[in-house]
Parts: sequence; structure tokens; C-alpha cells
Amino acid sequence: MNLLRLLLAAIVTLPFALEGEVIHQERSIYRNIEVQQTRNQRCLVFAVRRDDRRQTCLNLDEPDRIVFSYVRMAFGGLLLVPNPSSILIVGLGGGTLPTALAKLYPTAQIDAIEIDPSVVKVAEQFFNFKTSERIKVYTQDARVFTKRARQEAKQYDLIILDAFTGDYIPEHLMTQEYLTETRDLLSPAGVVVANTFSASELYSYESETYKSVFGAFFNFKLPGSGNRVILAKPSGLPSKDQLQAAARNLAPTLTTLGVAIEEFPRYLTTRADWDTNSPILTDQFSPANLLKNR
Amino acid sequence: MDAHSSTQSLRQAGWVVLLLAFTSGFIIMSVELLGGRILAPYFGSSIYVWGSIISIFMVALSVGYLIGGRLSVLSPNLGRYGLFFLLAALGLLPIVFFANQAMDAVFAAIDDPRYGSLLASTLLFFIPTAILGMIAPYSVRLMVNDTDHSGQVAGGLYFVSTLGSALGTLLTSFYLVLWFDMNTILLAMITVLLLAGVLAIVLNRGRL
Repeated sequence: MNLLRLLLAAIVTLPFALEGEVIHQERSIYRNIEVQQTRNQRCLVFAVRRDDRRQTCLNLDEPDRIVFSYVRMAFGGLLLVPNPSSILIVGLGGGTLPTALAKLYPTAQIDAIEIDPSVVKVAEQFFNFKTSERIKVYTQDARVFTKRARQEAKQYDLIILDAFTGDYIPEHLMTQEYLTETRDLLSPAGVVVANTFSASELYSYESETYKSVFGAFFNFKLPGSGNRVILAKPSGLPSKDQLQAAARNLAPTLTTLGVAIEEFPRYLTTRADWDTNSPILTDQFSPANLLKNR
Repeated sequence: MDAHSSTQSLRQAGWVVLLLAFTSGFIIMSVELLGGRILAPYFGSSIYVWGSIISIFMVALSVGYLIGGRLSVLSPNLGRYGLFFLLAALGLLPIVFFANQAMDAVFAAIDDPRYGSLLASTLLFFIPTAILGMIAPYSVRLMVNDTDHSGQVAGGLYFVSTLGSALGTLLTSFYLVLWFDMNTILLAMITVLLLAGVLAIVLNRGRL
């Protein structure tokens, strides 16, 4: 009887213990935003009733350590462009990536695009994100920014695409045309890193779409993570030896962030593990949200 | 053709008017939904893009209602009704062939994506939507025989065309965008409008 009561109590309180205490809540024009905090972790949550999506978490005891594996994986892009002087990040979240990259590259110019002004505010208030001369945030749609930036002939050594919340995909940011516009923003030896979907029918569609724009790319999956990160470099991919050399150079600084960069090269592959006959996504045909559920 | 046989022929055309009103309702909302997709590559998919599209559709429809109502006074007939469908089909064609050129120009001229999307919506959707709007009051005139039943006839037409709109919205967003390219969907709707127009004109000729 006591055991049963204990079990019941555990079932009732467990979800709360995992989610933590809500320390901030607001409704933006795009979504409901929550900041939840447990003992040593603070997370940005885009609250959706059926499935709360944690966007970013901050380890309060060791704020430099990157909590999410897909964010750590994004640092894999540095293996292809070891010393970027200009960086574009699409999708701010809590600002983990721009904050960490600004520390790693104190002279780099970093532009972040975030459509939701409330997310920018929350990143600044709760996740130590700070804008400056070097770190700028543009509060607008990424497609609009990209088209304008192309007009102005802006160039970036590293572009990180991370605009998807998991629940809803902005379909105009997945198409061949968008990726082509993004490729046009790359400097001659520039690199694109994309955090993408690893499950559902969308995986094949997305992979083929990236291939059509960037040619062969590194498909990057870490065991046990469930994420897939695409690393593309139109000017040509480095060899395994070059990757390992780059990893050795980066290791001393990246280990402080909790990024095991020396593990990465062996998981980078150009082998296609998807249906290569899959259609590609275009501005004419981009039912990404429908495909995601199949 | 005396006045009596004219009303007779219009009444017999009732089923075809209902069918065509359903078709125009379907196409109006299908195009409106695709409008969001068409503008997104240039202006994003934010709430203001939908604001632009919906308001331009509303203004265009209201102008269409006014013009259609005016035209219904002057010897209404199925032939002219069919002409509206042909014109609407022509009005949709530029969306298929010139949308990107038009939006390139708007994007270059206007920085603020709110006003950019408003102007682009106007250029792309105002004319075809206004023509489709003319169909509604004209349909009422074609089917009304006496003032006693005018409200009932109008109610029946609203029922059919709004049901068409609901179906157009649902089919487009659930299935059509998953199965076809946007231009394929638009061209199919243009074809349906052309067929509808020809049907009305042929039926009108047959009754002369």
C-alpha cells in the first residue's frame, strides 16, 4: 500500500521535476515561450501542450558547457573552416551558438537572424546573450534577410542554419531556392552547417535538396544523439587527414565547451543513407510540415 | 426572345449557376492559400504577409461584388456570366508566369516586407479576385425570379459558394500542395475556370 502510494506520488511529480519551475512565461506573436529552471539548468521552451520543446538549455554551474548534442555537433563546421572571420546564424534560440563562437573568435563578426522579437529579449534576459558591435541580431524573416544580404553582396565564412523548432517548419527555409540564395552568401571557402531532421520522410527530401545545391556534403550523426547535421563546403570537402589535423588544433579550446571535437571526424561521411530518388523541395513544392509526419 | 422565355431559360440554368458558383468559391480560397506560399520566398511567412493577402482579397472581393451587382442590372444572361469565368482565368495567368518578376521588382523597390507583401498581393491577386467576386451577385440575379424568394435564392447561393470555399481551403492545404507543384495547381484551376466559362456560354447559345 505504501509502495503504491510512493509510486503514485512519483508518477504525479515526475513530470514537474523534469520540467522544472517556470521562471518566465510570455506569448509572442509566433508562440508561447517559457523559461524553465531546475537546480542547475535553465531551458528555453517553446511551449506546445502536447510536447514541450526545449530549444536551448544553459548549465548554470558551468555556463560555458554546451548542453544539447545538436548544438555541440554544429561546432563540427569548424573542422571545415578553422578560423571564420564572419559568421551568420539563422535561428537564435537562447543565443548559445553566437555567445560561444564570439568567445572562440574574438574578432569575428557575427550576425544572428531571429524572427521572433520575444525570443531575442528572453535570450538577453535569461541566457547571457549580449549584442555588441561584433554580435548583431536582425529581427526578421531569414528569407527576407538572405535576399537583402545577397543584394548587398554580404559574405560569410560560416553559415549555421538552425531555424526549426521541431513542431513547425518554415517551409520557405527548406527549399532549393533558399539554399541557393544562402550558398551565394558564402565566401569562396565558406561552409554551411545545417541542423536538420533525422526522421520521417522529410529526411530523404531534405538530403537530396542539399545535395542539389551544395554537391556532396558530410552527413554527421553521433551515436545516441538522434540528430543529423549537414556540413557542406561548395569549394570542396577536406580529406580525413585534414579533418583530423583540424580537430587536434581545435580540441584544446573546444573541450572547455564540452565539445569532443576529436571524436567528430570519424562520424563524418559522404555516404547517402537515404532514398536518393527522393524528389527535392522547391518554392513550388515544399510540403515539409506534411512530410514530417509521415 | 420575349421576357417570359428569357426568365424560363434562366431558371433552367439554375443547376449550372450553382455548380459554377461552387467552383468560383473553391478557386478563390485555394488561390488565397497558395498566395501565402507565393509570397513567402520574398516577404517571409509572418503574420503580416497573411494580413496583406487577406486584406487584398477582401478589398478585391468587395469591389467585385459592387461591379458584378451593377452589371447584373443590364440584361443579365449566362453568356456574360461565362465571360467572367474566362476573364478570371486570364487574370490568374500572370501569377503562373510573372509572379517572380513582379516580386523581384517589388522587393527591389520596397524595404519593409509589410508594404512589400501588400503591394505584391495587390499586383498579383487584386484583378483575378475582383473578377471572381463579380460572380456572386450576378449568380443571384440569374437565379432570382421573384422578390419573395430572392433571400432564399441568395441563401442557397451563399451556401454553395461558401461550401466551395471551405472545400478549396481544405483540399489545397491538406492534399494538393503535397501532390503537385504550385503552378500545376494554378494551371488546373485556370483550366477549370475556362471550362466553366465555355459551359455557360454554350448553354446560353443553345437557348437563343
